[in-house]
Amino acid sequence: MQLDAMYQEIILDHYRNPHHKGLRDPHDAEAHHINPTCGDEVTLRVRLAPESGAELDEKAIVSDVSYEGMGCSISQASTSVLTDLLIGKSVDEGMRTLDAFTEMMQSKGKGEPDEDVLEDAVAFVGVSKYPARIKCALLGWMAWKDAVSQSLDKEGA
Amino acid sequence: MTTVREFGGAEMGLLDVAAIREDFPILSRTVRDGRPLVYLDSGATSQKPRQVLDAEREFYERHNAAVHRGAHQLAEEATDAYEAARETIASFIGADSGEVVFTKNATEAVNLVAYAMSNAATADEPLRRFQVGPGDEIVVTEMEHHANLVPWQQLCQRTGATLRWFSVTDEGRLDLSDLDELVNERTKLVAFAHQSNVLGTVNPVATITARARQVGALVLLDACQSVPHMPVDVAALDVDFLAFSGHKMLGPNGIGVLWGRRELLATMPPFISGGSMIGVVHMTHSTWADPPQRFEAGVPMAPQAVGLAAACDYLSKVGMEQVAAHEHALTEYALEKVGEIEGVRIVGPTEAVDRGGAVSFVVDDIHPHDLGQVLDDKGVEVRVGHHCAWPLHRKLGIVATTRASFYLYNTMEDVDALAEAIRAAQRFFGTRA
Repeated sequence: MQLDAMYQEIILDHYRNPHHKGLRDPHDAEAHHINPTCGDEVTLRVRLAPESGAELDEKAIVSDVSYEGMGCSISQASTSVLTDLLIGKSVDEGMRTLDAFTEMMQSKGKGEPDEDVLEDAVAFVGVSKYPARIKCALLGWMAWKDAVSQSLDKEGA
Repeated sequence: MTTVREFGGAEMGLLDVAAIREDFPILSRTVRDGRPLVYLDSGATSQKPRQVLDAEREFYERHNAAVHRGAHQLAEEATDAYEAARETIASFIGADSGEVVFTKNATEAVNLVAYAMSNAATADEPLRRFQVGPGDEIVVTEMEHHANLVPWQQLCQRTGATLRWFSVTDEGRLDLSDLDELVNERTKLVAFAHQSNVLGTVNPVATITARARQVGALVLLDACQSVPHMPVDVAALDVDFLAFSGHKMLGPNGIGVLWGRRELLATMPPFISGGSMIGVVHMTHSTWADPPQRFEAGVPMAPQAVGLAAACDYLSKVGMEQVAAHEHALTEYALEKVGEIEGVRIVGPTEAVDRGGAVSFVVDDIHPHDLGQVLDDKGVEVRVGHHCAWPLHRKLGIVATTRASFYLYNTMEDVDALAEAIRAAQRFFGTRA
């Protein structure tokens, strides 16, 4: 059954028991993203810690990601996996992970994701076969990218 | 064409669906690893019978030319076919052909009226009836499809008029308790759906129209979910404008219809301007053709008009009373079969009274996207999401629903497949044993 390839146990686990859920302070920026085709939404906050007292830049560490959301198992699980992957990474590493995740989601099921980079997120490769669900998987990731950009912009301004 | 057969112990006047399905090639294909297709998304778009496809093909193969242009034989034949199609489609809704305007789709038909009204806002006395501005009100409902909501929001923003709306009750009916206050001397136009694309609710057109008449307001009816599914007669409805789309009624994509009262169309300013819609053109100014041409700028969609006329012929041959009765039986059966599943709640009227064949529902602890995925895996194709009625979903306190919608080619077995697939989803996600 194709469904099992899509709804891997890792995805269902994250959906039922999401990690790092709930909005927390302090935070540097917050992004609210909506999938206009289904109305699913996520509000996601990012807290960055400057590397060794310097100003916030791409080397800053993502010290916290917190979120609230309403949506399908794919969007909720994907955001939960994101927090596991990106908390503790530098902004640079996070952006590279985001690129790898986006590339996998656009692979139409044919991608060979690097498990060293994407860890649990490789479970979403099956979702990439279903064009209507790609946006679900990317919802939280796009909100994270937005929130990080806002944090860095604020610093630069 | 209709036969009576035994089903579930009750005799119902059902159509000879097996014969009808023979006309729809797509219904015999399989999806997702060989599953028979169970198509329950006709509310979004209907499938097309061979007769419609053949009519369009024949036009291209035999008569193709730009209509209302040129004096050669093909142009004559194409123009005749286009205008004959207009007559067929007009008679399908009890109208005169001069009152039928072809548009790209129903959305454009609504926009045509909304933009004619804002064009009139800067115009002279003859257009007073269409003028809107500060102090004027446009009334819609909370159950509208975005296509019959956003154009009116935009009109109000352009002109300074105020948008007001009927609310929806928990049962999914319009709350008409404030009808006399909502529709008042300031109301310029009332726009509402004949049948809700989400709830299936058939709205009380006569009640609302009677009040609109008292205060001199125009009435626009969104008939996208009614014209394909029940007999509709514009004279009996007594509205001013009626909009519907071809692709939801067995017809081609790319064609919609705006029906408007002759005297209103005759005074309305155009929406889209260009070729074919003019009277005389000078370098500095132009005059307009009479309706319907005034509202059909550019080379029109003649092959699609011919296809839509073939769809009307097909539906007339089956009989719209029979189509409505068939869908009513399917809806009753679906309300029972889906409604009885533990953890499922029907969104919209739970009795098949003043209600059409769009059955939306929520399933406890399974998001519609996830439910739709399991249904799709079983070959059951439904719509999930807010169905372009986001404010309605917000009002009902839900993010999204799953909608099954029926047409003349659906069977009781399709409903059984839907119910079984919902149970399979509950097992898959572990929400029910």
